[in-house]
Amino acid sequence: MTVPTEQEEPGSMTTATPTRAPHQDVPTGHGPDDGRVGQGLFDPAQLLRSVPDAVRKLDPRVMVKSPVMFVVLIGSVLTTLLAVKDPGDWFGWAIAAWLWLTTLFANLAEAVAEGRGKAQADTLRKAKTDTVARRLAADGGAEERVPGTELRVGDLVVCEAGDVIPGDGDVVEGVASVDESAITGESAPVIRESGGDRSAVTGGTKVLSDRVVIKITTKPGETFIDRMINLVEGAARQKTPNEIALNILLASLTVVFLLAVVTLQPFAVYAGAEQSMIVLCALLVCLIPTTIGALLSAIGIAGMDRLVQRNVLAMSGRAVEAAGDVSTLLLDKTGTITLGNRRAAEFVPVRGTTEAEVADAAQLSSLADETPEGRSIVVLAKEKYGLRERHQGELTGAEWIAFTAQTRMSGVDVDGRKVRKGATGSVLAWVQERGGTATAEARELTDTIAQAGGTPLLVAVEDADGARVLGVIHLKDVVKEGMRERFDELRRMGIKTVMITGDNPLTAKAIADEAGVDDFLAEATPEDKMALIKREQAGGKLVAMTGDGTNDAPALAQADVGVAMNTGTSAAKEAGNMVDLDSNPTKLIEIVEIGKQLLITRGALTTFSIANDVAKYFAIIPAMFAVVYPGLDKLNIMDLSSPKSAILSAVIFNALIIVALVPLALKGVRYRPMSADRMLRRNLGLYGLGGLVAPFVGIKLIDLLISLIPGIG
Amino acid sequence: MSPVLAGVLQLLALVVALGLAHRPLGDYMAGVYSSDKHLRVEKWIYKGIGADPGAAMRWPAYLRGVLAFSAASMLFLYLLQRLQGSLPGSLGFRSIDPDQAFNTAASFVANTNWQSYSGEQAMGHVVQTAGLAVQNFVSAAVGIAVAVALVRGFARSRTGDLGNFWADLVRGVVRILLPLSVVGALVLVACGVIQNFSGIHGVGQFLGGEQQWNGGAVASQEVIKELGTNGGGYFNANSAHPFENPNPLSNLFEIFLILVIPFALTRTFGTMVGSVRQGYAILATMGAIWLGFTALMMWTEFHHGGPAFDLAGGAMEGKETRFGIGGSSLFATSTTLTSTGAVNSFHSSYTGFGGGITMLGMQLGEIAPGGVGSGLYGMLIMAIIAVFIAGLMVGRTPEYLGKKIGTREIKLAACYILVTPALVLGFTGASMALDTPKDSLLNGGAHGFSEILYAFTSGANNNGSAFAGLAADTQWFNTTIGLAMLLGRFLPMVFVLALAGSLAGQQPVPKTAGTLRTEKPLFTGLLVGTITIITGLTYFPALALGPLAEGLAS
Repeated sequence: MTVPTEQEEPGSMTTATPTRAPHQDVPTGHGPDDGRVGQGLFDPAQLLRSVPDAVRKLDPRVMVKSPVMFVVLIGSVLTTLLAVKDPGDWFGWAIAAWLWLTTLFANLAEAVAEGRGKAQADTLRKAKTDTVARRLAADGGAEERVPGTELRVGDLVVCEAGDVIPGDGDVVEGVASVDESAITGESAPVIRESGGDRSAVTGGTKVLSDRVVIKITTKPGETFIDRMINLVEGAARQKTPNEIALNILLASLTVVFLLAVVTLQPFAVYAGAEQSMIVLCALLVCLIPTTIGALLSAIGIAGMDRLVQRNVLAMSGRAVEAAGDVSTLLLDKTGTITLGNRRAAEFVPVRGTTEAEVADAAQLSSLADETPEGRSIVVLAKEKYGLRERHQGELTGAEWIAFTAQTRMSGVDVDGRKVRKGATGSVLAWVQERGGTATAEARELTDTIAQAGGTPLLVAVEDADGARVLGVIHLKDVVKEGMRERFDELRRMGIKTVMITGDNPLTAKAIADEAGVDDFLAEATPEDKMALIKREQAGGKLVAMTGDGTNDAPALAQADVGVAMNTGTSAAKEAGNMVDLDSNPTKLIEIVEIGKQLLITRGALTTFSIANDVAKYFAIIPAMFAVVYPGLDKLNIMDLSSPKSAILSAVIFNALIIVALVPLALKGVRYRPMSADRMLRRNLGLYGLGGLVAPFVGIKLIDLLISLIPGIG
Repeated sequence: MSPVLAGVLQLLALVVALGLAHRPLGDYMAGVYSSDKHLRVEKWIYKGIGADPGAAMRWPAYLRGVLAFSAASMLFLYLLQRLQGSLPGSLGFRSIDPDQAFNTAASFVANTNWQSYSGEQAMGHVVQTAGLAVQNFVSAAVGIAVAVALVRGFARSRTGDLGNFWADLVRGVVRILLPLSVVGALVLVACGVIQNFSGIHGVGQFLGGEQQWNGGAVASQEVIKELGTNGGGYFNANSAHPFENPNPLSNLFEIFLILVIPFALTRTFGTMVGSVRQGYAILATMGAIWLGFTALMMWTEFHHGGPAFDLAGGAMEGKETRFGIGGSSLFATSTTLTSTGAVNSFHSSYTGFGGGITMLGMQLGEIAPGGVGSGLYGMLIMAIIAVFIAGLMVGRTPEYLGKKIGTREIKLAACYILVTPALVLGFTGASMALDTPKDSLLNGGAHGFSEILYAFTSGANNNGSAFAGLAADTQWFNTTIGLAMLLGRFLPMVFVLALAGSLAGQQPVPKTAGTLRTEKPLFTGLLVGTITIITGLTYFPALALGPLAEGLAS
């Protein structure tokens, strides 16, 4: 890949070319009500498909990992035993059945969440077929065929067109086009070549053309594809710090309620209303935070899954959580804030020439320039000056001079007229060679453009009047559409954006102002970037960044959220804690939003779960004790039909609410960027007050249904 | 003036007085605990106890100081009671039995002041003044010291240094409690509270017969009883006794003394963490709960429900006519919402709901405004829980005052909130399950259950007030309530100090627009909600079988 040197930024750090269309665009044009982190998909049929997995998870050794649900399991066993002892009592059977369902629903939530990753893992496994590696002997001479599983780090292997690359490594010799669709889902091939930032290859991908020698960098079994399979399957999933902390709180609440229920029996005996174990089990299960206890791990898995759906692999759940906490985003200018390439913005004539003349000459001379910048000149001339795009074949006798990195010029010789456009220095030299003189005016024009953050290209001509400069093409970085709005949103969320660029401070400032970022780092070297991260972290901030080059690796490792581009080097991929398979740096913003959405979902369901308990007391306590203290029936504000129906309704509600909330747990609550204050007010209203009110309605409805069953109530 | 209006006016007067004292006292206390200077008298004390007041203490060292000092205090108080019979100035009272001496020692060292004895019939001048009164000062100072250590945990960063326990203890006594007590005692004496070392007098009664009344240094003990949220009365009748609390003015002043330090500590907290608004948010939470409880209490006690109530103008049983329903309700909610436990009326005689309000007040964990120091740290723990549950809803991992609430922090906070419910429900359950404890009940039914529930609620939450009715001077109750008081006081302190250490070591997270604003009314509302729901859920079944069953019966 040759990048025209004239348009290259010194020290540019982004060489990534987005390879995948469906994921790379900045979603814009969303209505004010759309959550931008779109909610994940949820198919009700998944519930049914996951039932066998849910049953398998009833294993106490698995259940004990969630203390809340383990208590429910014990309650289920206990009530079943009691029901068996007194088989004539429908109530015991009903409670036992619904407690089992409660347990099962919790497992179902987790199984559904995991099931979605399984399909993806299967696809990946297919790519990981046993490959045969063509290993080169240490002296570099003889070639031997060995199974891919026997490769060791440091081995050299040869891959030619049609071969599947046997393991992760770096290209040390040659250039090849590689089909990486097995991992990225993108069918267009990518170029991999030795040296530089495009040398990394992934095991399981396929060489389409040419021949490369690859040095293996990863042991078999620990390759990228292996880690990906583990990750999407949830096998490698470890509880994140916040999840562990929440589990502790839930466990302690469970202990409190266990105490409240266990000690209730002596109180009840004293009051003359001894309770059956079945009722006490029912009360306990209703009180302990089963809703969040059941959904907690599903929420975590679904959060990772939402990343996977966006082709981002988080190597640790901790990183996803950290993403929600990020307060500083380091964004590379090119590809993230601006479109990858500069575009022609205007034609500026020197005195004595018209704009139209410059446009005409610029277009003519750019026809042989296939770089994006060259194309943009042709397009601008067409759009702004109505100059029809001419094709190279139209002009007879024309001699086309294509753009090369060496000449840094393109142009055409036609009808004795020579037109050139290109880098300032090259064109000036060309004019002087032909006896022309560079006017001071041309220099002034180019300086003005450079100072404003643009890149000037000169257009010159040699004809009967001699060689002279006609005018200047102003190439500009084009800020992606909608970026300013996004940065405004981020600011409201309390996130500072810093643009990283290799441009000089003047240019950087112009673009930073236009894009609306909070700060910029110009002429950035990897060391500067590292220093910036450390400075922010010393102030207690969490920093997120993207990177792809080997020189980005230390910064990626230092950042709290380091997203490596899949096109990047293996060093970068190793250092970051996330990999973006689409290699789209803009996705960093979405990653932050997904992190926040995960935490909000967790908090919302915890609040909902705890607020639910109030109504359950109003259902169960009068049912238990109104016999001895008739006054307590005044607490039966839902006017439930009978004590047994009241208790059963509460238990049924408690079980059904889990299933009802599975979609929310998997999709995540709707997230819109807004200030913490507004977000808290909204979510407290929705999940706090909602959690208080919903069970009153739900339990009453279930009670109405139960009271219709003959022989009950 | 109608009694209702009188009650409301007293409430208003109290709010104004507390408002006036809040800022100067709060700032003064912040200065006391932030200053580098030592008074001459303090230097003598440090020399006497061999402490280096400048030494920085990490949390284990601070905790060792708290526990060692309290253990020594407890042993001293125990021995003093056990040896009372052979001490001079004991008015001829005999030595206290081991179980009661243990209970009383635990009670006063734990800032609870549960009294299973009758002051005027058991404790002489020496034990009262050299033992109990001294503990009233130092146990209160220990509470404030622990709270200040937690506040430092929030205020400091990347350090293990929580300050020096001995300096905090001595300063609390010398610079805060003693001066305020001197002024307060003078006011009380001016109101008519007695202060002497007189002996026992036989006083003839109107209807014949003779009653024995003894004198004593009552005003000086009364003032610290309220100021240090202790609650142990010189006399068995506590603040209902005319020698302790002679008139409505002294009554209002005593309520003021109960509330002034706990409320002002929120200012100290705000000042020390560098944001007085954070202090106001905590103050607003405490104030809202306190006002709500007081209003509810007045409403339920004024509420006319029958001919006897109509004649008396409300539920007057067990209340002093000189205070009326207003002054009594105000005292009852203030004493149970702080860990004071002094009483000017008999909570057992309140309406069913009224009794329930006093119990629920204690069950909140004594945090609105709570005991001196303990109220602040208890409330901060609840703030951490509220931040943790609801704070996630702003899309960040929870943080409070710039400190992350991670696994270790939540573990400690969760342990803290487990302690008192476990003690209250555990011991109440055991008492109800066993046969003998129930012999101590005066009443049957729901009210009888309330007597025991109240006793352990009061003990474990370090309140110290009694519901009356329960004959608590038995080996079972002396021992179990004694344990409840000790564990209910010192286990939470272990968690608070460990938490303080963990917070102090953290690097603060800077505030951004994405940070949960804990100084806003929304957060205050959230905190009130979290406290009521968590407490309500824990105790609802128990309350339903006691005060609720009683209150809803009519």
